[in-house]
Amino acid sequence: MNGLRKLTDKIKPSFEKGGKFGFLHSTFDAFETFLFVPDTVTRRGSHVRDCVDLKRVMIMVVLALVPAMLFGIWNVGFQHKLAFGLNDWGFWNIVWYGIVKVIPLYLVSYIVGLGIEFVSAQIKGHEVNEGYLVSGMLIPLIVPVDVPLWMLAIAVAFAVLIGKEVFGGTGMNIWNPALIARAFLFFSYPSKMSGDTIWTGGMTRYMAEGTAYASGNGLIDGVSGATPLAHPTSEGLMAAGTDFMDMFIGTIPGSVGETSAIAILIGAAILIWTGVASWKIMFSSVIGGLAIGYLGYAVGSTDLPGYYQLVMGGFLFGTVFMATDPVTSAQTECGKWIYGFLVGALAVTVRLWNPGYPEGMMLAILLMNTFAPLIDHYVIEFSIKRRAKKVKIA
Amino acid sequence: MSNNIYLKKGLDIPISGVAAQTTKKVIVPDVVAVKPTDFRGLVPKLLVREGDKVLAGTPVLADKMSQKILFASPVSGTVAEVVRGEKRKLLEVRIKADAEQEHVDFGVRKPSDMTADQIKEALLESGLWPAIVQRPYGIIADPQAKPKAIFVSAFSTAPLAADPEFTLREEFANIQTAINALGKLTDGGVHFSLNAANYSGTPFHKIENVILHTFSGSHPAGNVGVQISNISPIRKGETVWTVSLLMLAAIGRLFNTGKYDLRRKIAVTGPKAVSPAYVDGYPGISMADIKEFYSQSEELRFISGDVLTGTNIGKDGFLGFFDNQVTILKEGNEYEMLGWAKPMRFSQFSSSRTYFSWLTPKKKYDMDTNLHGGPRAFVLNDVYSKVLPMQLYPVHLLKACLAQDIDNMEKFGIYEVLEEDLALCEYVCPSKIDIQQIITDGISLMLKEMC
Repeated sequence: MNGLRKLTDKIKPSFEKGGKFGFLHSTFDAFETFLFVPDTVTRRGSHVRDCVDLKRVMIMVVLALVPAMLFGIWNVGFQHKLAFGLNDWGFWNIVWYGIVKVIPLYLVSYIVGLGIEFVSAQIKGHEVNEGYLVSGMLIPLIVPVDVPLWMLAIAVAFAVLIGKEVFGGTGMNIWNPALIARAFLFFSYPSKMSGDTIWTGGMTRYMAEGTAYASGNGLIDGVSGATPLAHPTSEGLMAAGTDFMDMFIGTIPGSVGETSAIAILIGAAILIWTGVASWKIMFSSVIGGLAIGYLGYAVGSTDLPGYYQLVMGGFLFGTVFMATDPVTSAQTECGKWIYGFLVGALAVTVRLWNPGYPEGMMLAILLMNTFAPLIDHYVIEFSIKRRAKKVKIA
Repeated sequence: MSNNIYLKKGLDIPISGVAAQTTKKVIVPDVVAVKPTDFRGLVPKLLVREGDKVLAGTPVLADKMSQKILFASPVSGTVAEVVRGEKRKLLEVRIKADAEQEHVDFGVRKPSDMTADQIKEALLESGLWPAIVQRPYGIIADPQAKPKAIFVSAFSTAPLAADPEFTLREEFANIQTAINALGKLTDGGVHFSLNAANYSGTPFHKIENVILHTFSGSHPAGNVGVQISNISPIRKGETVWTVSLLMLAAIGRLFNTGKYDLRRKIAVTGPKAVSPAYVDGYPGISMADIKEFYSQSEELRFISGDVLTGTNIGKDGFLGFFDNQVTILKEGNEYEMLGWAKPMRFSQFSSSRTYFSWLTPKKKYDMDTNLHGGPRAFVLNDVYSKVLPMQLYPVHLLKACLAQDIDNMEKFGIYEVLEEDLALCEYVCPSKIDIQQIITDGISLMLKEMC
């Protein structure tokens, strides 16, 4: 340990301004602060500080995402097995296939995203911000597993540059960067981002080239690969052989990390307990989803009871991990209730009444990100006025 | 007790080194300093020269803006040195104390027989006027003004703060005298806030001629700014005055004995204080006078005041005018390998549940001055209001200050806050933002633009 510190101290001068590798200053700093909590002391204000920092906060979110990621890896293999009738596949075959498909997504996400972060930090002379640790973890979980890697790379670059850096980096952005990446893919390459055949690993390639990963077996008969959202009726679900428990556990096609309600709820528990994400947003989003879900059920737009809306598609994942992004969500406590409710309500509204889009979570969150400052503005105006009135009376 | 104000928000920082309730030493002052930097926005005018003889109570400085406001020497002796900083800014007037202390005699007077103007006059000529702090902005009170009310916090919740029941037990009569005097300067009365948890245990609940309030809750419930905000918030155009209990005792002594006597019990505290206890001393005493409380070999930080709001005065520094506490900390200039990634970090405290300090709620921590991270933009937005028991939007206020947007600063409550009220926000901030400095800059801007 001491040896590592000594080595760091030895090479540090060449990375300072004017040193041989001065152009890598931010990069060096990022790695150094990753390894060592810096020796900076307080200069102004409070002389002691809490030992929590953004690295710790961000790593908590990453941890909370791990169950969803692990389940996603397994499910990618599992869906592949189902689609191609690989009945001899055991657990490790399934996981191995999942790793082969998901790890490249992570590599692309982190290499491209962090690369841009490092370069822009260097240009601006900032420290590298930890925010991308979370975005980079999120992005592979919200894309279909068969998304071409070059598309993902472009989407990540777009999200980091246009979604974040142009506003000044983490903390200044208006929209959730991970969702920006997804929206970019969704609108730029719609054929690769929607439809029935993209949700199951290996299917795209099979359709194009007629080859599959493991064996020459073709798709087994009757596999559509569609997510439950493609046929959100009780008849449709029954025809696909999907029931509520399947969707709750997550053994259904979908984006990599979004399918398992259980894994997401474990993450939610971590986020709520550590106080990193707001339980108010999660709770009110669920309420909003349920309300509109049951409204649709009541007026006959769907024959699925409202609670089905919670386990289908990306609703829960978006509610827990994306809507609660502290930077882009509403910042006032009252605003959080309104914001969360509208996220849930709008997502299900799009699902039920917009024939163009089977899923509305991404659009609902992005839209509400846009309006979050407005909600806050009115909440604050109202609260200031009410307080002034109270003071006048007293 | 019926109208107790319970403040749910706040945080008591579990730092080690609370002072034992004994007086370990009576300090015979050697060199003491009068520091104009203790007062916000003061442009001082020097009234003495090096070599001049002064008594305790002889004015050494005056306020250039309002020359009736005087600042007196706490001891009798000889002016040894006038210390100036950049651009010849006056930093300290150092006075070498005599062995025998002599006081200027201002005459024993009874506030009940005096008019408001006479009381003001007495405070101004004795150098005790600067003990009165005016809000908004926390500046020296304007003698021409008539405040809406005067607020006194009779307890402190700050980390390791001196215990007023111990330090001011014998000053009850003086404090009562001071309250009688100050009560004449306002129509709004003197609001006197006590700790509900210790209401019957403290002698101060017997103070008369005040409007009593009780507060319960953790820090900053004892901050007078928080109390004002919960009793009667300061609105635009209003002024209120605040006085600390310590200064009330000094004001009372002036009327009861005729002397400018700032003698006080000072708590020497902190993780690096050797057997922390109280000493008997003056404002302006040098850290050299308490050298038995710290080890000479370590790199330490000396804070006049508490760890949240105090001033870093250095090893050769002097205690501030308003302070009765010295906190001694280790300078945390060490690297910590993978600190943020360790699952447990038992030796460090965090109020955040991302660590496990909540498992050991009674534990006290040897905190140091390490920042524990690098500065970032605001990311988490709900951590601040959890430790701020005022109906404000701290992040919005801070952003308005950063943007120098005076309209929004007004709207978000710049009139109600001083740095000390948001000190805990700064403590918990995971983005390591210097929040108190932002407020200082905001207040400076307001003073420049509004006056």
